[in-house]
Amino acid sequence: MFNSIKLNNELTLFQKFQNLGWGLILLITVMATVGFISLYSAANGNLDPWASKQIIRFFIGMIGLLIIALIDIKWWFRLSYFIYIAGFISLIIVEIMGHTGMGAQRWINLGFIQLQPSEFMKIAVIMALAKFFHSASMEDMKNAQFLFLASILVILPVSLVLLQPDLGTSIMISAAGLSVFFAAGTPLWIFLAGGAIVLILMPIFWHFMHDYQKDRVLTFLNPESDPLGTGYHIIQSKIALGSGGVSGKGFLEGTQSKLNFLPEKQTDFIFTLWAEEWGLFGGVFLLFIIFFILIFGLSVAFKCKHNFGKYLSLGIAVNFFLYAFINIAMVMGLIPVVGAPLPLISYGGTSMLAVLVGFGLLLSCNIHRNSKLTRL
Amino acid sequence: MLDSKKEKIFNRRIFLLGALQTVALTALGARLAWLQIFEGSKYQVLADKNRINTKLIIPSRGEIFDRSGVPLAINNQNFRLLIIPEQAENLKEVLSNVSELIEIENWRINKVEEQAKKLASFLPIEIKDNLSWEEVSKLEVNISELPGIFIEEGEIRTYPFEKATSHIIGYLGAVNESEMTDDPLMKAPGFRIGKTGIEKAYDLNLRGASGTSHLEVNVRGRKVREIDRLKANQGQSLTLTIDSELQRFTQNRLSEHKSASAIIMDSKTGAVYAMASHPSFDPNLFSKGLSQNEWQEILNNPAFPLNNKSLSGQYPPASTFKMITTLAALEGGFFTSNETVYCTGSYQYGDDKFRCWKLSGHGYVNAISALAKSCDSYYYELSTEVGIDNIAKMAKKFGLGEKYNFDLTDEKAGLIPTIDWKKQALNEKWRPGETIVASIGQGYILSTPLQLAVMTSRLINGGYAVKPWLVEYVGQEKSQEKLWPKINVKNSSLNVIKKGMDRVVNDKTGTAFASKIEDENYSFGGKTGTAQVKRINRAERALGIMNDDLEWRFRHHALFVGYAPLNNPRYVCSVVVEHGGSGSEVAAPIARDLMLECQKRKPDQIEAQHV
Repeated sequence: MFNSIKLNNELTLFQKFQNLGWGLILLITVMATVGFISLYSAANGNLDPWASKQIIRFFIGMIGLLIIALIDIKWWFRLSYFIYIAGFISLIIVEIMGHTGMGAQRWINLGFIQLQPSEFMKIAVIMALAKFFHSASMEDMKNAQFLFLASILVILPVSLVLLQPDLGTSIMISAAGLSVFFAAGTPLWIFLAGGAIVLILMPIFWHFMHDYQKDRVLTFLNPESDPLGTGYHIIQSKIALGSGGVSGKGFLEGTQSKLNFLPEKQTDFIFTLWAEEWGLFGGVFLLFIIFFILIFGLSVAFKCKHNFGKYLSLGIAVNFFLYAFINIAMVMGLIPVVGAPLPLISYGGTSMLAVLVGFGLLLSCNIHRNSKLTRL
Repeated sequence: MLDSKKEKIFNRRIFLLGALQTVALTALGARLAWLQIFEGSKYQVLADKNRINTKLIIPSRGEIFDRSGVPLAINNQNFRLLIIPEQAENLKEVLSNVSELIEIENWRINKVEEQAKKLASFLPIEIKDNLSWEEVSKLEVNISELPGIFIEEGEIRTYPFEKATSHIIGYLGAVNESEMTDDPLMKAPGFRIGKTGIEKAYDLNLRGASGTSHLEVNVRGRKVREIDRLKANQGQSLTLTIDSELQRFTQNRLSEHKSASAIIMDSKTGAVYAMASHPSFDPNLFSKGLSQNEWQEILNNPAFPLNNKSLSGQYPPASTFKMITTLAALEGGFFTSNETVYCTGSYQYGDDKFRCWKLSGHGYVNAISALAKSCDSYYYELSTEVGIDNIAKMAKKFGLGEKYNFDLTDEKAGLIPTIDWKKQALNEKWRPGETIVASIGQGYILSTPLQLAVMTSRLINGGYAVKPWLVEYVGQEKSQEKLWPKINVKNSSLNVIKKGMDRVVNDKTGTAFASKIEDENYSFGGKTGTAQVKRINRAERALGIMNDDLEWRFRHHALFVGYAPLNNPRYVCSVVVEHGGSGSEVAAPIARDLMLECQKRKPDQIEAQHV
């Protein structure tokens, strides 16, 4: 079966480097550097305990990114289902023997690193769907049976992640999956109908939600109702952002973070720390970086000549965007606290690696955009 | 292969997604701008409220001095032993090491351990207050082996004269709810305000103004650094008119009696040189904190040590009132000073018989000899013609029955009865017999020792309406020069009074002749008074019971008002010994000693100075 996939225009390594997409490498490095600066500040001007580890992880991740990017897209195309199955199995392992962290099982301890398989599962779902839709015809996209099969690919891992329970990640996986459905040409009425069903099912979800998840939603609706409990995080975050003003309090001068009023400042609330110290300028600067990364991803999808690459790069770009958006909207009090890190910036190994792996795949699509992937 | 229709859909949807995400990012930017520009100042305030803790700096209380600059109330160093549990690591061990060095009661250690469980571990806990120098030095030497231990220097109010000035100076205590004001100091932990005496009356001057220190604190309230500091303003110091040595002498002179009070003042200026009330209390105990036993002891004492009797004790003035009755008769033209009355030992008015204290009678007496001998019958006779309202008018001119808005609180007004007063207060008609009783300062009349001193001052200073005062300097500011109005009485009348008071002491017929000062340079005049508390009834008299035989609380009050020197008088004193017996036997000797001491010290010649 693999023999039948034919690739034209075999690229030399030099050509691959030329076509790598250095713009994205630059954007990623700038964004990660914002993270290093913030982590350095979060530790009151120390590289330890966060910034130094984060820098090491970034370089390891960047090497991984280059390797993934240089590997021919056909291999990723071939391995998609295997990766999906591997990710799925590791999710089951987490479910069975995973360590307990923050009241939810999310980690696999590999000794040197605690891996969060659900992070990688997001990419695996995108890859599997991209492959699934790669050769679908217009008729297939209207075929209920075909679409149902595709949605199984999403529903299975989402159900497992929900069991952990990790509402935030399961929503993210669903959203990334949906973006591929959308790109592949699924009729719009299906999304509308699906949306309606979700609205109807919402009260039932509510019933099965954990208390802390309900708290987060309720607190989001009215953070001042419980200023010392769950609403505290959001209030303190808004104080930090607001008091930063236009030009910020200055590097290492953020009082809210320095004096520990800001919770989780090195992970989920790191955008707040950044915007407190660097102000509106810093915040908007970071939003622009995110915007450019997004545009880069979408343009790769646009230029890619094969469906797998189109769907994959679009899914990764949307996934990255969703992560960033949810995190920033959360710390600004626009949506409930869901516990999503800010990609490339928040302290955390799995998140950093997963994002760089995703960008590696995106760049592989970019390098090999003219490859011909055929499936007999 | 890509079919073109599918690619068209795909491209359209990429643009749609890109547009949606751009809108979403723009929304984030707008939200950020809203928070940081439009609501920025609001959150700036909230952020500062988070991080800035305002700490009050307590000002040093103003000190109080006597007229020569001798300190009466000062702030001594107070050393407190504190421990920060967080730094101590092993709290129990450190505490036991400390108790090997200095004596610490077990309950104190228990209390520290209890508090350490409740409070944040970086907050200091007091182990012991009022450390001695010896204890401080022992601890300082070993401080490096006592982690978490430190000694904080504070101030404790100290009164060097202890019991001798307690009624004038007063004492400090914790703030009551009813005393609460806007002053942030009032809520400072351990802050004390004046509760009585000068400490209370001049509390605002003595208190000073608080300073503030802005501390940056972290989320747990731990101090990170001091941002700025506004110094506290020390309270103003006070210089009193009091002469501390004379004050101490006066207080000691009263101590042989169960309950007594005395005042020495300047008849010309109104300055009070000494003001004593016995029994007294040690205000230093209040600074250190009274034990329950000590407090109960003070409260249960039947002689009320906390009361300043020279201001708040109200007694019948008895015979010391006779000058007023005399003046009312002379000034009203009812009698001349030479007109005589024959005293048979009693005075018959209608069916009632009023006794003179001398049952055998004084024979013929006039205004001067009646004062000297304190003949009651003379005043009985006068009063029936003068009437109570004229007597009351004269009494008020000389400062009886009124408050002076004196520098100390707790001042009582006494009582000068009139016909109208009785109608209003008791709804009864004034009976003529009551005028007769009033003429010798008994019946309804009440006066304080301070009022009697003021009355005597006005009688012998040429008729100027002086009022008493106590404070010479508030901070650097000298109190205003006082110009006292002249009372509308004839000098000739006042001279009669002065002559009579001279004879009380210096004529062998005088009731206080036994207390005469032999050295003519220091001789003094005055008037005795013996205030009846309980009438001895006929049955008791038949049994031969004398007043001295009665239970203490029924015995007479002994009174004396005096002045010195005889020529050109300056100093005035008033003495009341509660239930002490007769004025001539008990009060006059005290007055003699006070007037002698005062003339030797000449407090008016000590120029009061700002310290």
